[in-house]
Amino acid sequence: MERISIDEARHVARLARLDLADGELDKLTGELSDLLEHVEAIRRLDTAEVPPTAHPLPLSNVFRPDEVRPSLERAEVLAAAPATEADRFLVPRILGEAP
Amino acid sequence: MAEYETVVGLEVHCELSTRTKLFCGCANAFGAEPNTNVCPVCLGLPGSLPVLNEQAVELAMRIGEALHCEIRPSIFHRKNYFYPDMPKDYQISQYDEPINVDGLLELPDGSRVGIVRAHMEEDTGKTTHVGGGGRIHEAGHSLVDYNRAGVPLVEIVSAPDITSAAQARAYVAELRAILVATGASDGRMEEGSLRVDANVSIRRAGSDELGTRCEVKNLNSLRSLGRAIEHEADRQASLVDSGERVTQETRHWDENASRTHSLRSKEEAYDYRYFPEPDLVPLVPDEALRQRASSALGLMPAARRARLQAALGGAEHARALMDQIGTVIELSLDDLVLAASAGGADPKHALNRAANELASQGERARALDPVSFASLLALESSGTLSATQVKAVLPELVEHGGDPAEVARRHGFEQLGTEELESAIDGVISASPTEWERYVSGDARIAGFLAGQVMKATRGRANGKVVAEALAARRAGVSAR
Ligand SMILES: [Zn+2]
Repeated sequence: MERISIDEARHVARLARLDLADGELDKLTGELSDLLEHVEAIRRLDTAEVPPTAHPLPLSNVFRPDEVRPSLERAEVLAAAPATEADRFLVPRILGEAP
Repeated sequence: MAEYETVVGLEVHCELSTRTKLFCGCANAFGAEPNTNVCPVCLGLPGSLPVLNEQAVELAMRIGEALHCEIRPSIFHRKNYFYPDMPKDYQISQYDEPINVDGLLELPDGSRVGIVRAHMEEDTGKTTHVGGGGRIHEAGHSLVDYNRAGVPLVEIVSAPDITSAAQARAYVAELRAILVATGASDGRMEEGSLRVDANVSIRRAGSDELGTRCEVKNLNSLRSLGRAIEHEADRQASLVDSGERVTQETRHWDENASRTHSLRSKEEAYDYRYFPEPDLVPLVPDEALRQRASSALGLMPAARRARLQAALGGAEHARALMDQIGTVIELSLDDLVLAASAGGADPKHALNRAANELASQGERARALDPVSFASLLALESSGTLSATQVKAVLPELVEHGGDPAEVARRHGFEQLGTEELESAIDGVISASPTEWERYVSGDARIAGFLAGQVMKATRGRANGKVVAEALAARRAGVSAR
């Protein structure tokens, strides 16, 4: 049974921008490994006869017509922003590059 | 220095010409006041749910069909990342099950470029960096406009089949023409409707091995695309020649400095933690959708080129006119040329005026009435109007329409055939009496000189043929006395 390493747990935490203390990291590494073991148990089931499922609902092609609906009032939108300038959302200096 | 081949794969992001965004009813409009086309869905507010725009699906399928792709059932994924251009902190995109795969695009020169995939995704918001000359890392802070967040995109990924900067340009030009022909996009690179990233690598000539590639961004025109590929291939060749290695990374093209510089190294490759978007159900292109997409598909550029070539008397005759043909097809002026030709104009004449004078009028030239275009060309070929006059009348016809003869009259062009022309001839006779005498006494060699003086006096507004006739008539009058 494959368990995840503390380094992998640290990497996943970093991707989610979670700043974990060492104690928390230990605990979560254990919990993540338990989750993976559970998935592993499911994987052992014989699913040869079960078609792949992309969504729990047996639905496809749920569409919306291409018709313009009213957007929000800008004042209302910007009121929810921590800071604004020139009718735009103001964000701190960006350190990473655009993905 | 060793011989290298350039290997290029292109990723083209195409904004779809829908009325609304991909997952909400906000208007998809370029140039609106910032943050006026936003709602809980495209702002990623809690509790909001995306619903797929049916028209965006149809346009994506038209693109797939036009690029000879297999159009298949697909699902959406969340591409997770932290960057303020997406308020949700993820972009909804298609990952391992895209709607269009395995297509191809044939260029006017007959070469073929494979299409790996053409998938649907949503666009991101627009960030502006304030301070530090607009450079991201020196900026004090950044501002975000979310009008563009959620606008439907199709990303078209080519195979690394492109072997030169010129071929890359030809690929994007042809792709743009196809996208415009399908009605999926307006194809405007300058407005960001079409955005191109180039994956560039080099390999020793004749080798099948692929070198380490660099992704070049910020290619805002066909010119930038061509120059950036040439510079990047040269940079990689000098690295390899000096025994160094090319690092896989993203590089930014700086048009002013004519060079690329490193943005980030792929060593710390992004881990987007893709997972299926639970709020959207699978998209299954059924027969009804396929029917609608293919019946709405316009005539593709290759077919339109063939049609024009036929009108011009076949591929052989048309070979020398390929540039003009390319221009009118790119600007969608080919229907106008064909209609004018059907109305009696000489196809070559119509093509020439369309590829030069009309092309310089930009996109609004498409609105020109073919009947009025054909009658203007008729006025030119009958000698009623000079080439210079035709060039003066065309912009006004494009702008306001109307009858070309009438517009020419308003410009005072038709009087030139009578009073103004005669008085210009009077002026030339009194200014050059010796030459006139020679002409009257039958010296045909001096005719060109006199006609030139008349053209000069009328500032090129006279038609050469008409001037020659008027001079001859005047001489006949003198001899008869
Ligand atoms: Zn919205």
